[in-house]
Amino acid sequence: MSTCRKGFLRWYKLMASRAPISRSVAVESKASAIVAVCRRILSEIEAYGFDKEDTFAVHLAIEEAFINAIKHGNKMDVNKEVKIDYSVSPDKVEIFMADLGDGFDPDSIPDPRRGENLYKTEGRGLLLMRSYMDVIEFNERGNSVRMVRYKEKPRLTETQRKA
Amino acid sequence: MAPVKPRISVEYTDNATIVIFTDEKILEEKDIQALQESIMSVIEQAERINLILDFRNVLMLSSAVLGLLIRVSKKVYERDGQLRLCNINSRIYEIFKITRLTKIFDIYKDREGALEDLSAAD
Repeated sequence: MSTCRKGFLRWYKLMASRAPISRSVAVESKASAIVAVCRRILSEIEAYGFDKEDTFAVHLAIEEAFINAIKHGNKMDVNKEVKIDYSVSPDKVEIFMADLGDGFDPDSIPDPRRGENLYKTEGRGLLLMRSYMDVIEFNERGNSVRMVRYKEKPRLTETQRKA
Repeated sequence: MAPVKPRISVEYTDNATIVIFTDEKILEEKDIQALQESIMSVIEQAERINLILDFRNVLMLSSAVLGLLIRVSKKVYERDGQLRLCNINSRIYEIFKITRLTKIFDIYKDREGALEDLSAAD
């Protein structure tokens, strides 16, 4: 990396450490539409000092949430948008994702780890979102999700959670 | 027109067929669909297959890929074959652990491990 770029990144990180950024985007309901937004969010959280584990986690959660939004929420109608509002601050990244669907009851989703569900080809998105983000909350209707990942927080592994 | 990138490469040993995913990120439905077609046709090439899926290039995958793996597994076992996964990095392996799919897939650290003690294929 050139000295010039290193200098810029140092400046950017310094600036980034001061104030949170917030953005709002609307994307069409097709899989490729998330790529640019996701890339942007990930580079912004990197600039705020989130590590590779965080980037991986946030990336996966965004992908899973988006697939759910376009598939189950907007029924793959490209004319329906998914609204993404996010903010990045030194201690956390928060993402709201809303589709135009009727919503659902998150508690009604069967646990994909149990019994015959283990052999099903679908139904793991929500589990992954919950595992990789520190907060997953749905609005009453169930067509909007709030996801939060904290930078500094001891995250229990599955084994630790069960102990 | 941009060149179409093959999503798998295939290698053959005496006893097994090895399918290597070539993409680093396997996320989109259309890519997963294309992968399914390619892998299913590899399975159909033999009456009974010892199939090894090599994840050495894979850095990110979505839950839809897990669904694909389950469909692949079903097809292999319907045809009396064996399926093994290998070269899964720790972050991807965590996804398998979280979803408890470590219980239904035979996962090996590396290709050598996966090739050991395979019953004879056709």
